[in-house]
Amino acid sequence: MTEAPERYVGGGVPRKEDPALVTGRANWTDNIKLPGMLHMAVLRSPFAHAKITNLDVSAALEQPGVAAAFTAEDLADDWAGPMPCAWPVTEDIRMPDHWPLAKDEVNFMGDAVAVVIADDRYTAQDALEFIEVDYEPLGVVVDMEEALKEGSPLVHEDLESNESFVWPLEVGDVEGAFDQADVVVKERYIQQRLIPNAIEPRAVVAQPEPTNDGITLYTATQVPHIVRLMLSAGTGIPDQRVRVVAPDVGGGFGSKLNFYAEEILATNIARRLSVPIKWVEDRSENYMATIHGRDQIQDIELAATSEGRILGVRANIMADMGAYMQLVTPGIPILGAFMYCGVYQFGAYSFTCTGVFTNKTPTDAYRGAGRPEAAYAIERIVNSLARELNMDPAEVRRKNFYEPFDEPTTTPAGIQYDSLNLPIVLDRVLEMADYEGLREEQRRRREEGDPVQLGIGFSTYTEICGLAPSQVLASLRYGAPGWESATVRMFGSGKVEVVTGTSPHGQGHVTSWSQITADALGVTPDDVEVIHGDTATSPHGLDTYGSRSLPVGGVAVHLAANKVADKAKKIAAHMLEASEDDLEFEGGRFSVAGSPDQNVTIKDVASTAFWGTNVPEGMEPGLTADTFYDPPNFVFPFGAHICVVEVDTETGKTRVRDYFGVDDCGPVINPIIVDGQVHGGIAQGIAQALYEEAIYDEDGMLVTGSMVDYMIPGAPELPNYTLDRTVTPSPTNPMGVKGIGEAGTIGSPPAVINAVIDALEPFGVTHIDMPASPMRVWETIQAAKNGGDA
Amino acid sequence: MRKVQVKVNGRDFEHEVEPRTLLVHYLRETLNLTGTMVGCNTSNCGACTVLMDGESVKSCTMFAVQADGREITTVQGLAENGNWHPMQTAFHEQHGLQCGYCTPGMIIASISLLQENPDPSEEEIREGLEGNYCRCTGYENIIKAVQQAAGQTS
Repeated sequence: MTEAPERYVGGGVPRKEDPALVTGRANWTDNIKLPGMLHMAVLRSPFAHAKITNLDVSAALEQPGVAAAFTAEDLADDWAGPMPCAWPVTEDIRMPDHWPLAKDEVNFMGDAVAVVIADDRYTAQDALEFIEVDYEPLGVVVDMEEALKEGSPLVHEDLESNESFVWPLEVGDVEGAFDQADVVVKERYIQQRLIPNAIEPRAVVAQPEPTNDGITLYTATQVPHIVRLMLSAGTGIPDQRVRVVAPDVGGGFGSKLNFYAEEILATNIARRLSVPIKWVEDRSENYMATIHGRDQIQDIELAATSEGRILGVRANIMADMGAYMQLVTPGIPILGAFMYCGVYQFGAYSFTCTGVFTNKTPTDAYRGAGRPEAAYAIERIVNSLARELNMDPAEVRRKNFYEPFDEPTTTPAGIQYDSLNLPIVLDRVLEMADYEGLREEQRRRREEGDPVQLGIGFSTYTEICGLAPSQVLASLRYGAPGWESATVRMFGSGKVEVVTGTSPHGQGHVTSWSQITADALGVTPDDVEVIHGDTATSPHGLDTYGSRSLPVGGVAVHLAANKVADKAKKIAAHMLEASEDDLEFEGGRFSVAGSPDQNVTIKDVASTAFWGTNVPEGMEPGLTADTFYDPPNFVFPFGAHICVVEVDTETGKTRVRDYFGVDDCGPVINPIIVDGQVHGGIAQGIAQALYEEAIYDEDGMLVTGSMVDYMIPGAPELPNYTLDRTVTPSPTNPMGVKGIGEAGTIGSPPAVINAVIDALEPFGVTHIDMPASPMRVWETIQAAKNGGDA
Repeated sequence: MRKVQVKVNGRDFEHEVEPRTLLVHYLRETLNLTGTMVGCNTSNCGACTVLMDGESVKSCTMFAVQADGREITTVQGLAENGNWHPMQTAFHEQHGLQCGYCTPGMIIASISLLQENPDPSEEEIREGLEGNYCRCTGYENIIKAVQQAAGQTS
C-alpha cells in the first residue's frame, strides 16, 4: 500500500468514473441485451383529453415479428393499485387514479394507451400503426386560472374540481406587517414550464427471475431503492424478490426521480411472457411522457419600511400538477414553501399554494424543485423594493440579511436555517465583479445611448437541501424516510469496499466517497471501490435527489469508515500490546505515542482481522461496519451571484457577458466536482431565464415537441463562470458539509432576469417574464416606449 | 435488405441490413459498439456523433447504407494500444464530463473541430460545438478540454 498523504478530502482528485465514460465503455441501460429479449413500444394519445370509445390491437398482433400487444383491460389484473403518488400534501387532497395504461379516458397528449411487444424496436414501433383507437374528444384545459373557473372542463370528472389541494402556512402577524408598511410591492411572476432533458432518455429492461418468481429491473433512474418499493407495491411482488439496478445513468435533474408506467408495464409483461422486455424512450416520448418542471404562477407581496427594512412577505402561488400526480408532484411547490423568505430576517410570512390539474404532462421534480421558484420570487421582489426606494439592490439586501450565525436559527417560515454568512459572500462577489466599475460602465453606456445596454443583476440566496430528517419529512406527509446508509468493508488485503445507498448519475460519488473513506482509513482513493445503484448489492438506500447525497449519504460513508477505523484501532492496540488511548493513527499506520518504532499498518490490522488469529478476546473477526444516518436538520448552502448581461435593445438579444458566483457549501470534498456542479447548475438557471419554455396550444398539443422546437442552450449561448467559495461548516452533520447540486440553478435565474431588467431601466422597464427571449425583450422595450406594459 | 460494407474503428464489416436502419443502430445493435449513443433522434444533441472518412456526422440521422464503402471512427476507436487520444485525456483532466452520456459525441465533435481549425479561439470552439448538447457541465470545462487538446493550455 502506498503511503497516504494526510487528507484527500478537499483535493481535486481526478474522477474515477471518467475512464469508462471517455472511452465509450459505460454501461447504459440501452446497452443491455439479454437472451430472448423482446422490445416494447408504447402507443400514446394524440389528444389532450378524450374518451377511448374503441381500442383494438388485433391487427397489430398479425404483423410479422409481433409477439403480443396489451391494453389496460388486458393488464389490469396485474396491477395492485394505481401508479403511486408518495406525497399527498394535505389530508383532503384530490388525486385521480393514474393507471399504467389509460383505462377509458386519456388526459394529456402522450398518455399511454396500449403497448406492442415485438422482436425488435423497429417492428414494435411500426406495429403501433395497426392499433385501432377511436377517441371522442373532451373539453381541454391548459391554463391554471381557467381551470379554476366555474364551468371549466374538468380534467377528472369524478374529482368534481380541477383544484387538487390548498396548502397554507402563516407565521407572525402578516396583516399587521402590511398595515404598518410604508411601502408595499406586489408582483406576479410566471415560472414557465420546463422540460428536464437529461441527454440519456429513459430506458428499462425487465428480466423475470424464474428461481424465485421475482424480477430484476434495469432502469435509467436516480432512485433504484424507491423504484423497488413502488414496483413491489404496484405489482404485489414481495420486495425481497424485486431487484432494481440503475446502471450508468446519463443525467436526471429530477426527471429520473420517479416511478414511471413503463417500469411497471415492462415488469408485468416480462412476467407474463417469461422473457426480458426492453423499452427505450425516444426524445419525443421523453418530451410528452417524462415529467416536466416548474409551471407556477406566483403572486407575491412584500411590505417594508421607507428605509428598506422588510416587514413581511405574502406568497400565493398556483402550481400546475398536469393531468396526474407522479411520484412527488404535489410536494414540489411545498418544498419552496419555506424559502420565499430567502436570506432576509423579518417577522411575518404567509404562503398558500393551490395545486391545479390541467390536461398537460404531469410536473414533478426538476433541478431545485420548488426552491428555484421561491428564490426567484423573493430575489425579484427585493430588487423591486430597491427600485421603489431608489436604493442600490446590494444595499437593500445587506440591510435585511441575518447577522452571520453558525447555529440553527429560526426563520420567518418557522424552520431553522443551519448557518448563514451573507455579508462575506456579497462583499466577495462585489469585489470579484468590480461592481463600481460595472456601474461606471453602465452610466457611460446609458449616457452615450449605446444600443447595447449593460445590466447588472443580483441574487443572494439560500436553499433547503440534504433532504433527510425522517421525522420532518413524515410531518410534511412525504412518503419516504430520509436516512441514508453505508457499509464499509476492509478486506484482508487492506483494500476497501464501500456500499452506498446514494445513486449517482454524474455527480461523481465514486470519487468523492473514495476520498472520504481514504482519509478515514489511511489508504488511497484507488484502494477503495464504491458500489451503488443495485438493490442486490446495496440493499438499503434512499437514493440521489434534493442535494442529499453528500450531506446524508456521504456523511454515512464517513461514519461507517470511522467505525471501521475504530475497530482497527482496537485490534492494533491488541497487536501492539498497548493501550488504545496511547495509539496514534496517521498515514495508514497505528503507532504508540512516544515510541513510533512500535507500529502496525492498517493493512497489517486488516490481515489480522481477516485471519481472526490475533483479535482481542470476544471481538468478532473482520473489519466491516454499517451505518444508517438520519441527520437532525436539512442543510442550507448559500451564496451571492452577480450576472452581467449585454442587451441589444434593437434586436432584443441578451448575452450573458460575465457570471460571478460566490457559494458556500461548507467544507468541499472535491473542488473540481463542486465547481462542475455549480457550472451546470448556473447553466440550467440561465437556460430557464433566457431560453427554455415548454409551450402548449389551447388544444393541449405540446408545440415544443422535440429538441428542434425547445431551445436548449448550447456552448455559444452560455458564458464562463467566475467562481469563488467561502466555507461555513453546517452544524447539521459531523462533516459540516452541505449540498451543491442544485444551488446554481436556484441562485441564477433571478440574477439573470434582474440583470435584464436593469439593462432596460432607461426605457422604464420594471418587469419581464422568463424566458427573456429576444422577441419578449424587444416587445417589452416597445411597450415601455409606448408608455404601456408589455 | 441491402448490403453494407464498412470499416469501423479499423475493422472491415459486411452485413445485410434493412435499408432504413439508422447508422447508430447498426453500430450499436449489429456491431455492439455501444459507445455511441442516441440522445434526440433529430440531430440536435450530437450524442451520436461519429467520424465518417474523418468528418463528423450524426449517426442517428444517417442510414447505415449511406456509410457503405466508408470508414467510420467511433469513440471506441480513438485509443491506440490502450493509450487515450489527447482529447479523451483532456476531457478527463479538465472535468469536461459529468454523467458522460454526451461525452463520446462531444469528444468526436471536438476532434473534428481541431482537425478543421487546429488553433481555435474560444468563440470558435463554442460555435464549433453548437451541434452538441451537454446538460451537466455548462460547457466551460468542455471548452477548456478542447483548448488543452489544442495545446493552448496545459
